[in-house]
Amino acid sequence: MAIDIATRVGTGGARRGKRAVRLSGRDRVTIGVMAGVPLLVVGGLIWFPTIASVVLSFTNWDGIGGVTTAHWVGTENYRQIATIYPPFWPAVKHNLIWLGFLAFVATPFGLLLAYQLDKRIRGSRVYQSIFFMPVVLSFAIIGFIWQLIYSPTQGLINNLFSDPSHGPVTDWLGNPKLNLWAVLVAVCWRHAGYIMILYLAGLKALDPSLREAAAIDGAGEWHAFRTVVFPALRPINIVIIVVTVIEALRAFDIVYIINRGRNGLELLSVLVTNNIIGEASRIGYGSAIAVILIVISIIPIVVFVWSNFSEKQA
Amino acid sequence: MSDPTPRSHASVLSRRTLLVSGAAGAAGLYGLRASGASGAVPTSLVAEAAGTVTFGSNASDPVPKKATAAVLAAFAKKTGTKVQINSVDHNTFQEQINTYLQGRPQDVFTWFAGYRMQFFAQKGLLTPIDDVWKSLAPNFSPAMRAASRGLDGHYYFVPIYNYPWAVFYRKSVFAKNGYTPPTTWDQFIALAKKMKSDGLTPIAFTDKDGWPAMGTFDILNMRINGYAFHVRLMAGKEAWDSAKVKAVFNQWRELLPHYSSGALGLTWEEGAQQLVKKEAGMYLLGSFVAQQATDPADHADLDFFPYPSINPKWGQDSLDAPIDGYLMSKHAKNVPQAKALLKFLGSAAAENIYLKTDPNDVGASNRASSAHYNALQKKAAKLIAGAKHIAQYMDRDTRPDFASTVMIPALQQFLNKPDDVNGLVSSIQKQKKAIFGT
Repeated sequence: MAIDIATRVGTGGARRGKRAVRLSGRDRVTIGVMAGVPLLVVGGLIWFPTIASVVLSFTNWDGIGGVTTAHWVGTENYRQIATIYPPFWPAVKHNLIWLGFLAFVATPFGLLLAYQLDKRIRGSRVYQSIFFMPVVLSFAIIGFIWQLIYSPTQGLINNLFSDPSHGPVTDWLGNPKLNLWAVLVAVCWRHAGYIMILYLAGLKALDPSLREAAAIDGAGEWHAFRTVVFPALRPINIVIIVVTVIEALRAFDIVYIINRGRNGLELLSVLVTNNIIGEASRIGYGSAIAVILIVISIIPIVVFVWSNFSEKQA
Repeated sequence: MSDPTPRSHASVLSRRTLLVSGAAGAAGLYGLRASGASGAVPTSLVAEAAGTVTFGSNASDPVPKKATAAVLAAFAKKTGTKVQINSVDHNTFQEQINTYLQGRPQDVFTWFAGYRMQFFAQKGLLTPIDDVWKSLAPNFSPAMRAASRGLDGHYYFVPIYNYPWAVFYRKSVFAKNGYTPPTTWDQFIALAKKMKSDGLTPIAFTDKDGWPAMGTFDILNMRINGYAFHVRLMAGKEAWDSAKVKAVFNQWRELLPHYSSGALGLTWEEGAQQLVKKEAGMYLLGSFVAQQATDPADHADLDFFPYPSINPKWGQDSLDAPIDGYLMSKHAKNVPQAKALLKFLGSAAAENIYLKTDPNDVGASNRASSAHYNALQKKAAKLIAGAKHIAQYMDRDTRPDFASTVMIPALQQFLNKPDDVNGLVSSIQKQKKAIFGT
């Protein structure tokens, strides 16, 4: 096809300038479909709603009677969110705690599991299956399962370690100082399994001679891991970082199923939902929170893309 | 969205099986989305057979669903009009109501009295039915009639049943320990203290779901400041940072030591179990609490008393007794038959059929027969009939955005930090100003 185009450029393209390329009808259709369909999908499903959210975030609209009934309120929604909306700052904090917990507890734990299982200990496959099982469950189901464990009066923990029908109980789900951590344990249960599988794949693909060489050079296990194995896993590490950040920002289902993301379990994603969906219908207000979430999400994306590209150029 | 006032025992069951209701909710959501999306189709294009009336129902759970179907079947039999029912998961119906009414709603649909109905009337999404009410009026008390009108004075709503919020207890527990139902606040607190010393949790209280705490706020506000103030406060016409509202929270604080431990982590069903298992002595909830007593012996042992009086000026003159019923959408296709159906739904015959199948509520019509009522129903009917004022519950009496995005978190914050009432009410007031615009 390249030759075909080139000859046509040579013969008839002069009048339209040097770069003009005349394509056959079939080429045009092919290119049109191949570029157009994804463009429409991305434009219609990603960019249009994103831009619409940004525009709506400057309005006050109850979602009734067409978008023309929205009032323009400028940055009022943002001002209110930052100043008088009590759940907002806790939500930001909880999203950050979520990210920190995944990055510094759940992910390293998954790595530890992967590293241990890679040693071909007996029953390795059984352990793998056990650790991986939560990953196939949705967070909504995980939330349901862990509520059976955490419920103050009917839950497993309190019934094992105390008598909930008498005296004060530990309120794993309702005490705002505790419930976030209780939920994070449940999240870790799933996230660690996910990370474990990713790392395990990376470790299996690792050239064993690297480790042998390190051992011959007299490196201890920890030293070899830190200076040889871990750096060699760099491509996997980048995937892990992306997965971890995404999981932290899109966290939603588990807190929503537990208490609709209130009372200590506020997250930005939940605030968006609580304001927009349902009878509340504060479309503009919820959109403003969504825009804030977009901005926060863009930061790691920019960092990731930038570091990836600068590395390729180097 | 998350604050559905439960109104039938079956919706109770669905909420208990979180998993199932979650899945059903998701499925229902898709259904509604689809109907919303197709709302652009002009209604005239939709062929509608003459003599068919469509009915949108939130009665998705077995008992109310069966009761609704029985009533509609009776209408079809009587008039020869076909009724096409579209049932949607209860909570989903509620959450999607905005989209639903702007899409292609059925001619007649289930909904609630109070602000939640008046709001949509004001937005022009409902058809006024004053002509239907010409013949219905004698069937209903003045309070029911008032609850069926929009802010413009026109009728929009036909009530079918309601249920009271009161303090439930087990007769056997009271008899065994020699307790008597309190009528004043001091007696109430004294009884709570006595129960505590007897090893009971005096007052079951749960607020993981967010909406149950609203019931306590409502009743305390009506007892302390009176019904008229409560209605104005809910309508956004009173300041939340006033001494009157602070007094409500200060009174409420006295109850906190007597509540269930871990209340914010418990669902109302778990609270009901504390009552049923005789671990807790009292429980302020709607009469749907009785549905958690699945053993008939436990059910027969349940009783209730109206919330004790606090300010003698008001005594025990008001209560929350939410009313469920029916509305007609703006662009109903078969107007004459829709009106005929509403007229039938407001009749004693329809009421009797409904309550026979779903005996958990009290009939709204004063012509409905109470012959087959159980003891609890009879008492509930008497309580409602004797009340001077009936409120609809906070999430039905005020703007839904205010109820769900401001009041639920605020009440939970109060339960966590009961001492910072000033900070709490000033935060509510600021948000109220932003939402109501006054």
